[in-house]
Amino acid sequence: MIETTLKSTQTMDIPNELIAKIDETVARYPVSKRSATLPLLHLFQEHFGFISPEAVEWIANRLELKPINVLELVTFYPMFREKPAGRFHIRVCRTLSCAMAGSYELKKELARLAGIEDETCSNGSHGESISRSPDGRFSIEFVECLASCGTGPVCMINDDFYEAVTPAKAAEIINSCQ
Amino acid sequence: MSKIQYTRKPHPREHRIIFRNIDRADWDPSIETYLADGGYNELKKAFTMKATDIVAEVKTSGLRGRGGAGFAAGVKWGFIRPDNTKPVYLICNADESEPGTFKDRYIIHQDPHQLLEGMIISCFAVNARLAYIYIRGEFPQGAHILEKAIAEAKAKGFLGKNILDSGFDCEIYVHRGAGAYICGEETGLIESLEGKRAYPRIKPPYFPAALGLYMCPTIVNNVETLCHVKHIIRMGGAEYAKIGTPNNTGTRILCVSGDVQRPGYYEVEVGSLTMGELLNDLCGGPKPGRKFKAIIPGGSSAKVFRADERFKIKTKGPDGSQSERELGVMDLPMDFDTLAAAGSMAGSGGVIVMDNSRDMAWVLNNINAFYAHESCGQCTPCREGSLWMRKITDRIVSGAGLPDDADILKSVADNIAGKTICAFGEACSWPTQSFLSKFKEEFIRN
Ligand SMILES: Cc1cc2nc3c(=O)[nH]c(=O)nc-3n(C[C@H](O)[C@H](O)[C@H](O)COP(=O)(O)O)c2cc1C
Ligand code: SF4
Ligand code: FES
Repeated sequence: MIETTLKSTQTMDIPNELIAKIDETVARYPVSKRSATLPLLHLFQEHFGFISPEAVEWIANRLELKPINVLELVTFYPMFREKPAGRFHIRVCRTLSCAMAGSYELKKELARLAGIEDETCSNGSHGESISRSPDGRFSIEFVECLASCGTGPVCMINDDFYEAVTPAKAAEIINSCQ
Repeated sequence: MSKIQYTRKPHPREHRIIFRNIDRADWDPSIETYLADGGYNELKKAFTMKATDIVAEVKTSGLRGRGGAGFAAGVKWGFIRPDNTKPVYLICNADESEPGTFKDRYIIHQDPHQLLEGMIISCFAVNARLAYIYIRGEFPQGAHILEKAIAEAKAKGFLGKNILDSGFDCEIYVHRGAGAYICGEETGLIESLEGKRAYPRIKPPYFPAALGLYMCPTIVNNVETLCHVKHIIRMGGAEYAKIGTPNNTGTRILCVSGDVQRPGYYEVEVGSLTMGELLNDLCGGPKPGRKFKAIIPGGSSAKVFRADERFKIKTKGPDGSQSERELGVMDLPMDFDTLAAAGSMAGSGGVIVMDNSRDMAWVLNNINAFYAHESCGQCTPCREGSLWMRKITDRIVSGAGLPDDADILKSVADNIAGKTICAFGEACSWPTQSFLSKFKEEFIRN
């Protein structure tokens, strides 16, 4: 067990800056290292784009946990994904105020502009929620209320946030994703 | 106050304390700007006081939590036992996920030091040496701004060891969530901060003030609540309590979204204006040619009002005498007690408005989809019930509703509320129960 763990985590190429960030993050939880699981998952997802089984094992080893303790967070928290998203990941708010302001239409329009065949549009269900463009440039998903309900419809592209997104603005935003 | 130039001018009926610096033309989130404006003076003042006196001032102020339940902050702090020997933790709830609520975002983005100052004072008051800001995962920029602000405060000696030579040590760290609404529920938040799934704990025994983070006494307060603490120190509890109305003191930020002409955030004295004044005067009334139909007064979990609903509200006079008044929705003062007496709640301050162009089954279906997605899954009534409510409203909206769907829907909701570990059970069933009792005709389509 230990042997295979070492083997698979050795295949992960973790740059020194990331190791330094990880160490600094773990130090913020002097009472329990386990508290660093979510932050470490964020660091891995930011760096690798998604959470691989190797990442789960690596984090578990680092925090002296069982891999299941890490994996159960990946499957519980909607922001973590086990497959890569597009280079530009679009999140559209699905919730009431934005829906009244046209977020379902916005999602359709963004998907069209990004060249994504988006199956979740019609009923807005979640589940296997991320749809990707064939060239891997874009991906899109619905998310719940982004706490900007007064300026709906709103969306995020990677870490950037956009308010009151009209179809014209949607086109502008997609064009700026280079 | 009047000299401040705003990029978006506050309405004359606003009283800005917490949002004083939001949308200021000459403002940025740096510590230099904050210090030039008198920042961290209240922290200095707090260190001249005894911790127990700060708790007493917060009690006197009457400050009630702005996160949802409206619980008195000073009373909550007082729950930490005087003979406690364990470490105490403070957590700022910056999960801001209740649909319709958008206030903490602006404090975090534009005035992070106000929050830090409020938190450091609060830490001192409850003797917490370690505090976390639990910020929702979808606020990456907000997390970054807070990290920067913390580093600035540390560099100036407002955080870290022996703060301002007071002998008090305190560290604050930012902890990012990852997209789950249930992390806003304080015990779910604590589990999440411990590195686990955000499964809420059952109360009793797990009241955070007794058995919180790492099973130690923990105070969880909302962003806006913690900001108020700074101003209570500035004014004194008694002076602060003069703002607003008795038992509903201070200001609060009302967030209005949906079908009004001017949606947005408005910081007003609690109870100083009615629903009608808020929606017509501040928000400009309904869109042209439309009429208000329904209002959710305190985040999507709050029970909906019909725009033509009337209530008999019992009020207590200053001399303690009871009287009963008949009020329409638009006459309701926007305070904790009146909205509760009218059968709903002030909740998180998120007011969502629907006009006569809206199909209430569609609206409820949207809300149900939220709760079906966000149930943590621990309790069967909530996990299964929220999903069934969503499926039933989905089929009503798609035209495939069954003749007794409205009754089935109601029975599902009635079997969730009161039968679950956490208040999400109420949060997900109140919309269905109230929409059905007030707009039943829209749910019967065959
Ligand atoms: C399902 C659910 C979601 C909640 N979400 C939030 C939230 O996003 N932000 C918040 O401050 N409080 C939220 N709360 C309330 C918290 O549990 C807690 O009461 C609050 O953070 C206490 O702070 P306060 O006393 O300052 O209001 C939520 C409660 C429930 C039941
Ligand atoms: S009521 Fe719902 S959200 Fe709360 S603990 Fe139970 S299943 Fe989880
Ligand atoms: S409903 Fe979209 S941000 Fe709140």
